[in-house]
Amino acid sequence: MDFSQAYSVHNVQFVIEGFLYTLLLAAVAIVFSFILGVALGVVRYSHIPIVSPVIGLIVETLRNLPLLLLIFFTYFALPQVGLKMSPFWAAVTALTLFEAAMICEIVRSGLASVNKGIVEASQSSGMTRIQTLRCVTLPIGLRRMVPPLVSQFISLLKDTSLAVIIALPELMHNAQIVMGQGNSVVFPTLFLAALLYFIVNYSLSRFSRRLESQEGKHRGVSRGRNTPKARITPPSTSVKS
Amino acid sequence: MDFSVLTQHWADYLEGFLYTIFASLLGLVGSFILGTLIAVFRISPVKVLRGVGTAYVEFFRNIPLLLVVFIFYLGLPSVGIQLNGFQAGTLGLTIYTSSFIAEAIRAGIQSVSTGQLEAAISSGLTYAQAMRFIILPQAIKIVIPPISNQFLNLVKNSSILGMVAGMDLMYFADQVNLETYNTMDTYIFVGMFYLILTFPLAYATRVLERRMARVG
Repeated sequence: MDFSQAYSVHNVQFVIEGFLYTLLLAAVAIVFSFILGVALGVVRYSHIPIVSPVIGLIVETLRNLPLLLLIFFTYFALPQVGLKMSPFWAAVTALTLFEAAMICEIVRSGLASVNKGIVEASQSSGMTRIQTLRCVTLPIGLRRMVPPLVSQFISLLKDTSLAVIIALPELMHNAQIVMGQGNSVVFPTLFLAALLYFIVNYSLSRFSRRLESQEGKHRGVSRGRNTPKARITPPSTSVKS
Repeated sequence: MDFSVLTQHWADYLEGFLYTIFASLLGLVGSFILGTLIAVFRISPVKVLRGVGTAYVEFFRNIPLLLVVFIFYLGLPSVGIQLNGFQAGTLGLTIYTSSFIAEAIRAGIQSVSTGQLEAAISSGLTYAQAMRFIILPQAIKIVIPPISNQFLNLVKNSSILGMVAGMDLMYFADQVNLETYNTMDTYIFVGMFYLILTFPLAYATRVLERRMARVG
């Protein structure tokens, strides 16, 4: 293994360039798939006749196909029907469709987990269904969705590596080119690429875990996990939270 | 849609389909065994084992599957160990999935109350016996829905074999595509083959999840 050759200034710079491209691709795909995913999730949750089942079928199909196939399809097959895209936008389209389908399910089940009583209460106090959704169900549901959403974004970031097949100059693609320099640089380069992915994803997952534990604490208090304690402490102190 | 793509290259599709199933089954068995082992490492009382387990899970969960496969497909040959695409791909798939399964199993084991472990140990069972006879049988039940979900991911992820000439559906589709020049229809049929595998799995996962929710 030749670390000095593998980590020459030029090679490292090239790999980092790919890494930045990966981050850009992931960021664009995250924004689009989040917007689309929330919209689809709300529609599926709302049980609109015809529309919701149709979207449900499309979402289920997308979720159950390999992303690699979708990327390949968007870039190589869609031009056959006149939809020609650059590698970047083909990758963004495929990633957005696939991850939006995943996010749709997260949003739908997140909304469904909101207490029925709260929804009924806001409707019986005169709010319309849309107002209830916007002011009550979505804010409560979205907070609960944060941990699964973050882990979905982590897997999106990992999945951008599949764009190698359409020769997008992202991290794995550039690493592969560096590895072409010979056997001695293969392991050091793989290690560098792994390290870069790891740093971003690990910090994201730590962040998500912290949010989760905060959420858990929050919920624990409101559901009264501390009630046995409160029973023995005088009422004046138990009110403060 | 041109069905002659399917009828004329039926043999290619079928072979790829069978290899995809084969790789998925190998991956399932391998990652289940490996994942259980790592999960036991992660909760073992020995600090070194716990460290190894945690490092394993955190490392492989946070890097792309493609990179894991490349370690076996490009990395090992660079130090003189030759693997073909199918072997490298399946091995990578197994290692990658095992880290997710380890996490699922760990969560399952930790959801069994610690009182049971203490009770088992104080009635004279060793730690290993307590795991084998008391904790694991209960944890497995809790863990089945998430594992079934991981298996679904595994089947979809097996498409990665196509990138390392691993003889799976994606690989054979490439061959069909080169002969027919009909990319769209070729890959629509590939998608259908994947759906034949994944739709029943997704359905089974949902049924299992619902049943668990009712019991829990």
